[in-house]
Amino acid sequence: MSNTVIKVENLSKQYRLGNVGTGSFAHDINRTWYRLLGKEDPYLKIGEENDRSVKGSSDYIWALKNINFEVKQGEVLGIIGRNGAGKSTLLKLLSRTTSPTSGSIKIKGRVASLLEVGTGFHPELTGRENIFLNGAILGMSKREIKSKFDEIVDFSGVERYIDTPVKRYSSGMHVRLAFGVAAHLDPEILIVDEVLAVGDAEFQKKALGKMQDVSTQGGRTVLFVSHNIVSIKKLCNKGMYLVNGLVHHAGEIEDTIDAYQQSIVFSKSHKSAYYAEESNEKDIQILAIKILDEAGNEKGIFDVFDPVLVEFEMIIKKEDASFITPILLVEKDGVELFWSFASDLEPGILDSLPMGRHKFKVQLPSPLKKGVYNIHGNIGKPGVGNIDVAYDAVQFKVDELSFNPANASFAAGRGGVIPAILNWEKIG
Amino acid sequence: MIQNTEDTSIAAKEEWDMVIQPKAHLLDLNLKEVWRYRDLLLLFVKRDFIAQYKQTILGPLWHIIQPIFTTIMFLLIFGKIANIPTDAVPPVLFYMSGITIWNYFASCLNSTSNTFVANAGIFGKVYFPRLVIPLSNVLSNMVKFGIQFLLLLAMMAFYSFRGYPIHFGITWLWIPVLILMMAGLGLGLGIIISSLTTKYRDLTVLVGFAVQLLMYATPIVYPLSFLKGKSYARWIQWNPLTPIVESWRYVLFGQGSFTAGTLLYSTGVIAAILFLGLLIFSKVERTFMDTV
Repeated sequence: MSNTVIKVENLSKQYRLGNVGTGSFAHDINRTWYRLLGKEDPYLKIGEENDRSVKGSSDYIWALKNINFEVKQGEVLGIIGRNGAGKSTLLKLLSRTTSPTSGSIKIKGRVASLLEVGTGFHPELTGRENIFLNGAILGMSKREIKSKFDEIVDFSGVERYIDTPVKRYSSGMHVRLAFGVAAHLDPEILIVDEVLAVGDAEFQKKALGKMQDVSTQGGRTVLFVSHNIVSIKKLCNKGMYLVNGLVHHAGEIEDTIDAYQQSIVFSKSHKSAYYAEESNEKDIQILAIKILDEAGNEKGIFDVFDPVLVEFEMIIKKEDASFITPILLVEKDGVELFWSFASDLEPGILDSLPMGRHKFKVQLPSPLKKGVYNIHGNIGKPGVGNIDVAYDAVQFKVDELSFNPANASFAAGRGGVIPAILNWEKIG
Repeated sequence: MIQNTEDTSIAAKEEWDMVIQPKAHLLDLNLKEVWRYRDLLLLFVKRDFIAQYKQTILGPLWHIIQPIFTTIMFLLIFGKIANIPTDAVPPVLFYMSGITIWNYFASCLNSTSNTFVANAGIFGKVYFPRLVIPLSNVLSNMVKFGIQFLLLLAMMAFYSFRGYPIHFGITWLWIPVLILMMAGLGLGLGIIISSLTTKYRDLTVLVGFAVQLLMYATPIVYPLSFLKGKSYARWIQWNPLTPIVESWRYVLFGQGSFTAGTLLYSTGVIAAILFLGLLIFSKVERTFMDTV
């Protein structure tokens, strides 16, 4: 039997858009007047769904509207959603940096939040002094910090600098120390928001490992917000997908990520074809990038075994455009998969592109693992820089549509980023 | 996993450690929580102290320079030019004692009235009882006051060598009480102002010079006895700071006009302001991040 440690009921948070200024003073007076008359706050009735791309008619928006969920002890809940979906607002409410407009949150146990590590670090204080200060800000007593001091220093690996003011630290060391303090908090509930963006790969791994320990061995509950689907998938066992302040999907992490990726592919800003208008200012320009199937039709969803083709169209408007090549950068679930240069197999392309339009067709490796793929287009001079970039140009999705051999390396269930069917030779 | 189930079965259902709701009870001041964060309070004081003097040569000695120069200024302007009497107290001691206690009040008020705006960065990221910050300000200023008080004591010792009698005795036990009253008033007014400035910044402009003007409405550069018989003396007496300053001088030098009644009046006003401040502060701290 598992136990509910967080219970959120009808939670809503309203924000006012625009400036807080003279207009809001009039609203404040109005509000007070309604309250004196014993009526409900008039501005709570209005307010719109929080879709940042559409211009709304009201100045009030609901960053979160009627959210309900429960988290049980030991669960690691990954909260996903696009920018502005309400993830951070939810974490802010949970960590009590602001109050909800209506509804309630009930919590069992001590909550620690890592909304941004290094909070309260004072640049003039030494690492040692900051460990104590930061620990106290996060809610530890002096004695607790003392007993864990060596562990923290050890974990962050900045022993040599411990009596140097943190303003002399590199940003990576800063994060290491800060995360070290936070990771040794021993809270029953840990709230983490995108802390791992800084720090080198080795440290990120260490930090993720620590979070995993906290949840699996400590039996503690973790709420994790990140755009990095890979680390969410790795760490979390439950997921919640927020869209414009509403819970779109909640449940097992796999299903939630599926729902998220499904909607990403079909949302307005994601597309299987990219066109740029010809510009007079650019001599060399990407005109179009399209995702095509074998038959040459535009397509957004592919099966694991389907060949995926990319069409790349560009224009050159000056004579001496030498040493350039079209480039594709392919990402899967937010992770860089590979870069492909047109000049890789055809070095001659570098000085053989005359003025005019050029069209290329390239087939991506096959099979591909289930996931959402994002392609950036680029025209560049190898080793020098970019000439024209089509950032987030096209997206497509690979799903296990046809058949799912349980043991094959391309099945999503096995994990990993690329399918690798390798030859295992028995040599002994 | 096995350990997990054991752990969870112990905790009873529907027993929440914390309930976050939009509106709290008016009197929900959460002072217990402030006490739990007392380590943080002291660390903030330490931080303020260390951070202030890092990379300075004179360090805390800087606090002595300001009262010395102000005393010299007052001596010239109010003593020599305006010829205001100092109640049979040597002018240097009279001005320096006034400046010392006034500085404490003014710096308490100035630093606490900034609480929300100045700490929005840290408040927006992590929760701890917000009251810890203004309380730590009051304590930090106590350190500064202590240094200036030592200077005053040194000055008094110097004068006592030259024959001026110093009233050292059991009455000095009143000094901490008077300081606490100053702290209470500075804190109370400060948190009211800081709460009111989260949404509308107009008041911040006012505070800076209002504190300066208030000094002239308090018997700092003149003794209350100097105003005897003047029509506006009454207004100065309504100032809750007046009895505190007068008793402060009485304790130190045996000169000052106050009664038990006026001190009681001050205490009452301070308690009321402090209470009102706590009410407003605890209401504002819940949502100020949205408007600051």
